Amino acid sequence: MTKPNAPQGILLLGNPNAGKTTLFNALSGHRARVGNYPGVTVERRSATIEIAGRRVELLDLPGTYSLSARSPEEAIAADALFSADASSHVAVLVVDATALARNLYLALQVLETSMPAVVALTMMDDAEKQGVRIDVDVLSKTLGVEVQPLCVPRREGIDDLRAAIARAFERGARAPLRIESEVDAWVERVEAAALSSNAANTTSARAYAAWALLSLGGDELEGVPSAVRAAVDEVHRATDARAIDVALVGARYRFIDALVAEAQTDEARPSRTERIDRVLTHPVFGIGIFAIVMLAIFEALFTAAEPFMELIEGGVDALKELAFAVLPEGILRDMITEGIIAGVGNVIVFVPQIAFLFLLVTLLEDSGYLARVAFVIDRTMKGVGLHGKAFVPLLSGFACAVPAVMSTRTIERRRDRLVTMLALPFMSCSARLPVYILVIATVFPSDERVLGVFSQSSLALFSMYAFSVVMTLTAAALLRRTILRGPTPTFVLELPPYRMPMLGATLRTVWEKVRGFLVEAGTIILAFTIILWALLTFPNDPAREAYFEAERERVVATMSGAEAEEALAELDAEESARVLRESFAGRFAHAIEPALEPLGFDWRLGVGLVASFAAREVFVSTMGMVFSLGETDEEDESLRDELRAATWPDGRPLLTPLVGVSLMVFFVLAAQCMSTLAVVKREAGGAKWAVFLFTYMTTLAWIGSFLVTNVGRALGLS
Amino acid sequence: MSSAVRRLSEVPVGERAVVRALHGERFLSRRLMEMGLLPGVEVEVVRRAPMGDPIELRLRRYALSIRREDAATIEVEPSR
Repeated sequence: MTKPNAPQGILLLGNPNAGKTTLFNALSGHRARVGNYPGVTVERRSATIEIAGRRVELLDLPGTYSLSARSPEEAIAADALFSADASSHVAVLVVDATALARNLYLALQVLETSMPAVVALTMMDDAEKQGVRIDVDVLSKTLGVEVQPLCVPRREGIDDLRAAIARAFERGARAPLRIESEVDAWVERVEAAALSSNAANTTSARAYAAWALLSLGGDELEGVPSAVRAAVDEVHRATDARAIDVALVGARYRFIDALVAEAQTDEARPSRTERIDRVLTHPVFGIGIFAIVMLAIFEALFTAAEPFMELIEGGVDALKELAFAVLPEGILRDMITEGIIAGVGNVIVFVPQIAFLFLLVTLLEDSGYLARVAFVIDRTMKGVGLHGKAFVPLLSGFACAVPAVMSTRTIERRRDRLVTMLALPFMSCSARLPVYILVIATVFPSDERVLGVFSQSSLALFSMYAFSVVMTLTAAALLRRTILRGPTPTFVLELPPYRMPMLGATLRTVWEKVRGFLVEAGTIILAFTIILWALLTFPNDPAREAYFEAERERVVATMSGAEAEEALAELDAEESARVLRESFAGRFAHAIEPALEPLGFDWRLGVGLVASFAAREVFVSTMGMVFSLGETDEEDESLRDELRAATWPDGRPLLTPLVGVSLMVFFVLAAQCMSTLAVVKREAGGAKWAVFLFTYMTTLAWIGSFLVTNVGRALGLS
Repeated sequence: MSSAVRRLSEVPVGERAVVRALHGERFLSRRLMEMGLLPGVEVEVVRRAPMGDPIELRLRRYALSIRREDAATIEVEPSR
């Protein structure tokens, strides 16, 4: 019986691809609260729903094939189950009717506890099409809980399921299902330790003991009572851990095999999935289709997102102008336009790429093709210690690291995910391109042919992209062997049946991703934009302001027409160059010039490096400001001329071809992007990873640049 | 041990075999067993990925892919 005031909850458990999230949406009416589980970056979806007059918390646990765990993130489902009160919670076990046996394994683990439960038998329509018939009564009788067949997309069985859940709440705690095995004596020893340390309630202690025996030993789990750990260690010393694993898993599957034999008839019709896979994973067609799909992702990020990004940029500029015109002149106006509006612009400009990438990734994932992508490309990724699922995030890195880092969530294990997100910012993203274009056009103006075929500029550009790919893969391989060393990344991947994705659900997923980015990473990006603006603007200098004011008045008094306008524009450009030079960022760049000089960079390039934290392409406009040119872009011929003419105080030219290459190498390697750092902080689950990313990439950038400049000089290049 | 015993990685595409024992790393073996690939179960090798690795298996009405190096740690015998 339920206590009247205890918080009540429903735990939704099931295998990946079993239709768990679809069922969650159907039960919650799409009102998910999305967050993270504490300490791990696994999405936590919950909703408050009403079941037979009670308000209960519906929690969508991560899809898993088993409760057994090795790392904290794998233990989320087990933690939720063993810590929940069986008198106030109900487990809904989502079981895919097309793969009954494998799905029942997880269900059994839950049914071995005393928590009230209902089995939701999904994909009944698919099972029927495949000639599978399931006797629900036999299933229900053997498992000791109600079994509700469902076809969620057609909303069949949902109301019955709600009624069954309400009855389960009424009945309260169950007698646990007891599965005997030949290692029961060992299970009992651990069960005693679990009881003495209150690790689980009395009736679920046996289930907890079996879980501990399978999970512990060489694990990274936290919060397991030391008495339980000691008992498992003792058992593992006394007998072979693997023999216990075989016995425990074997006993469950013996039970399942007997049950499936009785409850299921299978005509063994060849499935539609098998026919589709003959083409999609074919040695020739498979690779071709793979290439086309990947190209489509690439196109979507580069081409399709472009007009939307331009629209946002245009809108932000218009808003800036409006604010500029409406607000009184002064520091507040500058802060609103260059700090806040620009900051909001810096955040929402990512939305189109995030939305397009997640639209495609979600469609691919829900259709089942994403698993085939991993299957086809895993052989290539394995060489650098990456998982096949790391391919799409890496590819997306060519467009922008921000959505790419977010898409690493499709990778199952935390360690694999971290390696991927810490390596992919090397991929040459589209924000680096304007920098390359400016530098290449400046230092290779004649565009000579190399070997009579390739132009110098295209060769230089290609080298930067190739270098970025080599660095990404090298970084992944090194991270895997050093700080993220751990169990070999395994590739055990279900290739789920192909299913038609549901557009409504897909769009909602896309919106959840966008919203998550805006709320969590967006605020950091906004704050950093304002800080960066302040660093590039302050301190104020009344004397400087008075000087330029007087100069302007002089121009207005002595000149007229076009001449005056030109003189005023010149004064504006000169003033912003002075403001920049005398700003905190400018002073910082001056201060670190001794560290930049070995790379061949002076403080002016240095201030560009600082400013490009907002986004790498800002380097170009900052150079325009430094050289008193006002607004410029990478195609600006006058900016190139200024850069070519720039010298050190002693008259040596600044941006030689060698230093140009060195500067581009710096841009390939440096984590010169606060948005990437903000999103890594969110996805890696801690600022320390963002700090690590920044430190190791920027150190590498300095070393790489130093080597290019100094080895080049030693070889007599300039 | 009979001469018919071999590794799962050696089973040709299109053929079936029955799992005898898993000799891989403990957690990999546990994961495979919990997904239903345990001694006594019949497995069909459906195909290899276009680049030869990983392989796709069919067991218990679903498709599972694993790398060949991991398949090499699984001992199988001919189907009955």
